[in-house]
Amino acid sequence: MELTLWTYEGPPHVGAIRVAASMREVHLVLHAPQGDTYADLLFTMIEREGRRPPVTWTTFQARDLGSSTAEMVIETLQGACERYQPQVLLVAESCTGELIQDQPGALAKGAGLSAPVIPIEMAAYTRKENWGASETFYQLVRGLLAGQVPKPGEERAPRAPDQAPSVNILGPTKLGFRCRDDVVEVRRLLESMGVRVNVVAPLDATPRDLLRIPEADANINLAPEVSDLTCEWLRRQFKQPTISTVPLGWGATRDFIAEVIETLGLDIDADTVGESRLPWYSRSVDSTYLTGKRVFIFADGTHALAAARMARDEMGFEVVGLGTYSRERARDVRALASEYGLEALITDDYLAVERAVTELQPELVLGTQMERHIAKRLGIPCAVISTPAHVQDYPARYSPQMGFEGTNVIFDTWVHPLIMGLEEHLLTMFRDDFEFNDDAVPSHLGGEGGGAQQTDNVTPMTPAEPGAVAWAVSAEKELRKIPFFVRGKARRNTEHFAQEQGLSVIDVETLYEAKAHFSR
Amino acid sequence: MSQVIARADADSMPSVTTERGERAVFCGLTSIIWLHRRIQDAFFLVVGSRTCAHLLQSAAGVMIFAEPRFATAILGERDLAGMADCHEELDRVVSELLERRPDIRRLFLVGSCPSEVIKLDLANAATRLQGVHENRLRISAFSGSGIETTFTQGEDQCLASMVPDLPAAPEESQRLMVVGTIADIIEDQFRRHFAQLGITDVDFFPAARADNLPSVGPGTRVILAQPYVSDTVSALVKRGAKLISAPYPLGIEGTLAWFQAAAAEWGHSPESVQEALAIPIARAQKSLAKARESLQGRTLHFLPDSQLELPLARFLRDECGMSLIEVATPFLDQTLMAEELKRLGSEVSIVEGSDLDSALARVRASRPDLTVCGMGIANPLEAEGLRTKWSIELIFTPIQGFDQVADLAGLFARPLTRERQLEVGSWS
Repeated sequence: MELTLWTYEGPPHVGAIRVAASMREVHLVLHAPQGDTYADLLFTMIEREGRRPPVTWTTFQARDLGSSTAEMVIETLQGACERYQPQVLLVAESCTGELIQDQPGALAKGAGLSAPVIPIEMAAYTRKENWGASETFYQLVRGLLAGQVPKPGEERAPRAPDQAPSVNILGPTKLGFRCRDDVVEVRRLLESMGVRVNVVAPLDATPRDLLRIPEADANINLAPEVSDLTCEWLRRQFKQPTISTVPLGWGATRDFIAEVIETLGLDIDADTVGESRLPWYSRSVDSTYLTGKRVFIFADGTHALAAARMARDEMGFEVVGLGTYSRERARDVRALASEYGLEALITDDYLAVERAVTELQPELVLGTQMERHIAKRLGIPCAVISTPAHVQDYPARYSPQMGFEGTNVIFDTWVHPLIMGLEEHLLTMFRDDFEFNDDAVPSHLGGEGGGAQQTDNVTPMTPAEPGAVAWAVSAEKELRKIPFFVRGKARRNTEHFAQEQGLSVIDVETLYEAKAHFSR
Repeated sequence: MSQVIARADADSMPSVTTERGERAVFCGLTSIIWLHRRIQDAFFLVVGSRTCAHLLQSAAGVMIFAEPRFATAILGERDLAGMADCHEELDRVVSELLERRPDIRRLFLVGSCPSEVIKLDLANAATRLQGVHENRLRISAFSGSGIETTFTQGEDQCLASMVPDLPAAPEESQRLMVVGTIADIIEDQFRRHFAQLGITDVDFFPAARADNLPSVGPGTRVILAQPYVSDTVSALVKRGAKLISAPYPLGIEGTLAWFQAAAAEWGHSPESVQEALAIPIARAQKSLAKARESLQGRTLHFLPDSQLELPLARFLRDECGMSLIEVATPFLDQTLMAEELKRLGSEVSIVEGSDLDSALARVRASRPDLTVCGMGIANPLEAEGLRTKWSIELIFTPIQGFDQVADLAGLFARPLTRERQLEVGSWS
């Protein structure tokens, strides 16, 4: 039993719905109690889908238990087949469905349905949403392609010389982070390299499309949380190599291009492919103020890894915290964190993340909607880089994260919540001006982000706990002269310093000694 | 999957059809979202699965700003396989929770589908935990599971679980108890109206603080602010309370009749009530005029969701001039709805229960001007060119009483006004 306030991932059957809802001509029957249908609103409200997810639910109630739930499964399966005539019918259970052991998969096989059935075991009490999506996609692909698997020892026929090299893009789903636009961007990038995109799946694919997967020369593992298992199976069974670099960030996009060239044996110069504004924007003088900004990163595995590399190498930030809720990616994230001299935070406990952010007092948080709220409460600027995300992170405009356009979008997204270079200097210069004071939040930040009041909420003016140091009035006054966006850090550092030195009162001298101490 | 129930008094009452099939409704756990806002020193601990936790945060949406006063104790495989003793685990989780939140005065253990199916006895657990934590706080249990409760029925189970804790009222005193969660601002308005009628012995259940429990006894007169509290009413009646039959305080007519029914117990004539409340009534009539312009003559279909459908239909037809195509409700309690059924009359067709696909087929066939539905269905209907009002807003927004009449009508008028205003793209 585990105490949970907010969860980063839903249950595994929500992952199954994501795959079904991403595709066309697929229908999912879920054996689940009344109430589990709330999952519809994730798609129709958060992603503003204009159609209900292709899911029919048994919605059993207490009065059905023990007698008629198995019949309900069969009736629901038959009704769904008749009404929706899917190319493939997926059958699964939610957590409660699993407990009553009606075996809907077996029932479906024996029900003489007009559509082929693929049952999926959800393991609701040990697994989560991304696992559910991965398992559903894998079972679907395996179920459809099992008959085409070449015999052992049979070699893959080389591509005909007159045929364009081709790839499949695997992994993007509904409710994934910016998947809609990332697919467009990655496709554009590949086509500019003369590479044909054979199948994109699950997003917008039909089961018939999945049957064509083996025709491509390689698979792009675009959302490893969802497509790792499937890519690996295709690699083993069909000898299709996996292109595993995710083109998130400038360096990663270049690595991706190099991997595509290498895997497909293309005869093109990687440096001629595409263009990003990020390198110049990052080198321009205004960006100097980004140097060493302390950044905390928490996201799904893929986005956390990519963000860390971008933050350090492409933006010039200092990564002070790195973590993920994707336990499947824990190893990769731990490895990268240790390379950055950090200990990775691997958890799905929102409170643990909040504690880490509070303790580290970063200057920018890159996270999910959960971290957005943590940051808001602490008065720290934040950008959302990963699911779970809210309705505002499914924007109307084209805003991919991947490829070179993705790097442009990310540069803007990360810099926007911060106080810009020139503005930072002006704030310091005019801090005593009546219009340009600490309480006036920079114009572009609206109600969010900085502001003296939020900062002061986090670090109370008078420390309450016994043994804490007190601030002399003069020092407190001096502290007010420090720009509000670094004041929290200055206060914290000074108090640490005073405690270390065994001082009970902080005066102006202590403040500046601490400043010198920490700027070593 | 439907049948028409023959009714003895079919002449003057709506015909009721029951339907069985797929139900697109929330489970009772959703009630926690408004209950925890109302009862400010209570904590709701759901004992369930990751699905329960996910439902609560999806339905609560943006309410993540503060640490919520609800949480889920997620059952794991070890609990289900009997490798861990669920009761010991629960004790541990509760201690952990109380350590974090020493401000909590009342803890509800809330049953879910998985806890019901594995027959985890939470009432028993509550008693045991009460023994451990004794005077620190009060602990009780109720079920919000989808197999036993639909959406608003979670509140009914919560309130019913508190009834045994209500102190006994002295025999001779007559007091009014208003049952069902309403916003604080509505409570204040209602108290002022009752005071205008000279009735000051009024309690609200639930109150804003869990340890502020109203007393109950033969002198208690119960009037309902919300229609979905069947089990709570039964429990109160068992303790001697008398239920006042009234329509619900939605719309001017409903609110007036509601005050008249309550005041009759204190010997006030209907005319005297109308006179005493003349000012708010006149204000409400004036405020309603604008929204009525948008709603007049438009057709309306209710999909089953909140159990508020009948009183809302009555208000929108009688006071806003809308015409009702179908009024569906997940459950129909004939006793608690008696006054509403009488007012709706035989012209109205009511559907109890749900068969989602056939209900949607009827909506598509009749193409009403406005469909009231659950949140998951609204955008798909909009994409088909149908205007909708998602019903969870009707639970979160203060809509009862005279001074909210225009707000209530406005919730339904806004989608229609918007349709007229927009000059962009096409709805269909």
